[in-house]
Amino acid sequence: MAGRDDYGQEQQDQQRFVVRILLALVLLAAVLLLIGWRLSGLQVGAHTHFTTLSENNRLRVEPIAPSRGVIRDRNGQLLAGNRASYQLEVTVEQAGNLDELLERLHDFVELSEADIERFRRGVRQRRPFQPVLLKSGLDDTTVARIAVSRHELPGVEIEARPMRFYPLGDKLSHVVGYVGRINEQDLARVDPRAYAGSSHIGKIGVERYYEDLLHGRPGYRQVEVNAQGRVIRELSVTPPEAGTDITLTIDADLQRAAYRSLAGREGAIVALDPNNGEVLALVSAPGFDPEMFVRGISQADFSDLQSDPSRPLFNRALTGQYPPGSTIKPLVGLAALDEEITTADRKMFARGYFQIPGHERRYRDWRREGHGWVDMSRAIAVSSDVYFYDLAHTMGIDRMVPMLGAFGIGQRVGIDSTGERAGILPSRDWKRATHDQVWFPGETLITAIGQGYMLSTPLQMADFTATLAGRGQRIQPRLLQSMDNDNGEFERLLPQPREPVQTAPEHWDTIHESLIEAVHERHGTAWGSIGSRPPTDYRIAGKTGTSQVFGLAQDEEYDEDELPRHLWDHALFVGYAPADDPQIAVAVLVEHGGSGGRVAAPIAREVMDAFLKDDAGMTLDVGEDQ
Amino acid sequence: MISVTGREMPLGQWVLGRLRLDGVLLVLIGVLLLVGLAVLFSASGESMIALERQTMRIGLGVAAMVLVAQIPVRTLRSLAPWLFLAGIALLLAVMVAGEIGKGARRWLDLGFMRFQPSEIMKLAVPMMVAWYLSTRNDRPRFRDLLITVPMILVPVFLIMRQPDLGTAMLVGAAGFLVIFLAGLSWRWFVGLGLAAAAAIPALWLQMHDYQRQRVLTLFNPESDPLGAGYHIIQSKIAIGSGGLYGKGWLNGTQSHLDFLPERSTDFIFAVYAEEFGFIGVALMLLLYFAIVARGLWISALAQDRFARLLGGSLALTFAVYMVVNIAMVTGLLPVVGVPLPLVSYGGTSLVTLMVAFGILMSIASQQRLVNR
Repeated sequence: MAGRDDYGQEQQDQQRFVVRILLALVLLAAVLLLIGWRLSGLQVGAHTHFTTLSENNRLRVEPIAPSRGVIRDRNGQLLAGNRASYQLEVTVEQAGNLDELLERLHDFVELSEADIERFRRGVRQRRPFQPVLLKSGLDDTTVARIAVSRHELPGVEIEARPMRFYPLGDKLSHVVGYVGRINEQDLARVDPRAYAGSSHIGKIGVERYYEDLLHGRPGYRQVEVNAQGRVIRELSVTPPEAGTDITLTIDADLQRAAYRSLAGREGAIVALDPNNGEVLALVSAPGFDPEMFVRGISQADFSDLQSDPSRPLFNRALTGQYPPGSTIKPLVGLAALDEEITTADRKMFARGYFQIPGHERRYRDWRREGHGWVDMSRAIAVSSDVYFYDLAHTMGIDRMVPMLGAFGIGQRVGIDSTGERAGILPSRDWKRATHDQVWFPGETLITAIGQGYMLSTPLQMADFTATLAGRGQRIQPRLLQSMDNDNGEFERLLPQPREPVQTAPEHWDTIHESLIEAVHERHGTAWGSIGSRPPTDYRIAGKTGTSQVFGLAQDEEYDEDELPRHLWDHALFVGYAPADDPQIAVAVLVEHGGSGGRVAAPIAREVMDAFLKDDAGMTLDVGEDQ
Repeated sequence: MISVTGREMPLGQWVLGRLRLDGVLLVLIGVLLLVGLAVLFSASGESMIALERQTMRIGLGVAAMVLVAQIPVRTLRSLAPWLFLAGIALLLAVMVAGEIGKGARRWLDLGFMRFQPSEIMKLAVPMMVAWYLSTRNDRPRFRDLLITVPMILVPVFLIMRQPDLGTAMLVGAAGFLVIFLAGLSWRWFVGLGLAAAAAIPALWLQMHDYQRQRVLTLFNPESDPLGAGYHIIQSKIAIGSGGLYGKGWLNGTQSHLDFLPERSTDFIFAVYAEEFGFIGVALMLLLYFAIVARGLWISALAQDRFARLLGGSLALTFAVYMVVNIAMVTGLLPVVGVPLPLVSYGGTSLVTLMVAFGILMSIASQQRLVNR
């Protein structure tokens, strides 16, 4: 053992050691206090903050899409409904190499460039573990083949999702419209929260117009998720509120009959109930398959539709604007009577042309030889141009315009759908504003026969026909008839009257009789197609029209046989029936159809027959036309 | 009571004495190990497998501790230089033929088992420095530093190159703590501190990119919330959301829903803090403090300089271990790979720590024998 010095050294060493140990302990205590202070800051001071962050980590709110309200016709037929559609979805986290997977899937299902592009976009935007749509609308065979091979396709799932379908297809495509995938523009105009769980939104037509009603309100489920975003359990659910079911004023059977009556021609038919403004049929032909848009139309299919010369995407009934031609004459006649330019009985000799006194130019009648002595009623029935030239010349544009305006020419009808145009009601002011030119007297003449600048939509024509039928009573045309309220009852909408057209009752009688004459008298323009073989149980009041697509020179003759089809006149007919108790007002337009009397009038007759026989429950001895 | 050689003592005390074990230290360590198992069970997603494996490791650790406690301090002292040299050799072997795991070359495959030679250095370095300083009679002087500092820094740099910043730091701490406890003059400590500060830029250049990233992330974890900062942010959320009383055992959402990374290893403290709250955390800090204090008490009563320096260094290294881990988990220090001693899942460091406690117990027994 060590000596005395060593022992002293040892003691000194031990003391020094104890001092150092105490120092270390104090230091350790200080450090632990610092850590304790830090922990109390986190756990007591910032506890609420971190609890929020922890809950945000843990909880996720997932939207549940509401089921979209269905659309029915006035008799309860389904026009737009929801059915399960099988779609291919991929959970990327489980799929491994996406390119390889897509390559393998090519053996099972046809994947277009558009499908793949949309899928890749979805992959970038998805949340973890959220399946991404690859292909929708799978047929049963494909579903079965993929189901059998699922073990080779990790992360691939087949999901049944509600998909909009339209039983009437192309026959109603322009009225009901369609829903399509929500895009950036859609999100800009709606509340994105309301669409968090939805994939589709109304794009055009009723689907778009009544989007707020049909969509419903999304539900939410609060779920607990792990760090990978996988749902561990469901904590609470707020169920979605389904969209409202709505009933349209459309009669699906009539709509079908009307579409068929056009027999493949391009045109539009609008049928209204003049008593309450309900739209009974609204046809624009040809239509298109709206479900192509629901599934997601490919670029190729879309270009095909767009470049189709028959323009199936164009809504002729609402967006199409056409010169109303002679169908405007009853309105001009009414204006003349109202303004006391003439009387119903005053006769004039209608030659084959009209000249403004002191001018060289001849304004020709459609009938070279003229119509002889005509009064107002006969002038409308035979559709004398010269009679109306003379009337218009005396009246002047300024006294003509108010009446035409009162019938709604140049204004949107305000139908509850999309794409409606206003047409044009030309006037001095209008011409100055749009062309910066003065009004010429000759323009008054051609305006009186519905040519020149004047444009009108088929809906507008049906609307003014309904006004004629109602002797000036104007009810707002409407597609929505009723909606399902919360009690499961249907809330029917009341007719909305608009400012009526007011004139003396005898003037209405004159016009009314002239329209019956046009159909049922031998000299009437619709005699050949309707009057000669009239419906047995009712009479029709109507007016033919032929609207020029291009202007003929002074000495030119219109000859269908020598003209290319796209320069043929548009054939028009407006009318209502039964003439004594109007139940339906119809406007028919056949693009490049030629003569209104020959082509458009029989179509209107078919529509009226289909409606009145069916509607009244009277199937009399006049057989079905189809 | 039992009577041995005429003196009466409780049975437990007799057994402990025969096994050369320190009762107080044993109880404190036991409590901490049990708490650790409970937290691990929760952190591992209530995995019985993890629990069984950890229990086996604890068994192995306890066996190692009891075994080492039987070795007289004298023997330990004479073994010190050889252990140190063997450790250096093994570190070099790792550099040449080591196994790569998680991007670092740390493991040595001996055919029948794999182990990290750097773990040996946690004991070998303080033993070596204590051995050297115990051959000197007075407090360390400059020339002693010339010998002991390289003794520490050579293995530290070898371990840093693996790279294993956490272990390197702990080895360095263990070595310098010996010098500190030996009574190195304050002037030298100030000098060493300045030298260390001067070495920081050099150290920075030596660091791997991921290590630099960790340091940078410490100062602004939110700058990279999904990358390098994710660990710290989620760890702070776990701790903070625990509040005063905690969410309750097995109810920690941060850990059970996988938000907290490394939750059964380096970040297990956050799991504990989330489930047991500030009160639980304060109790755990007290428990650690008690273990360190008991270790220092044993060392203060040791009979020779080697035992004293080694024991003190081991006890304080244990404290450094714990402080670095908790400071890291609470965002006070960069994320260096240091587990929470005796609690984190994993075998190597647990066995090393238990061996260190074995050494402390051996020191305690030596002191008892002399007293008797």
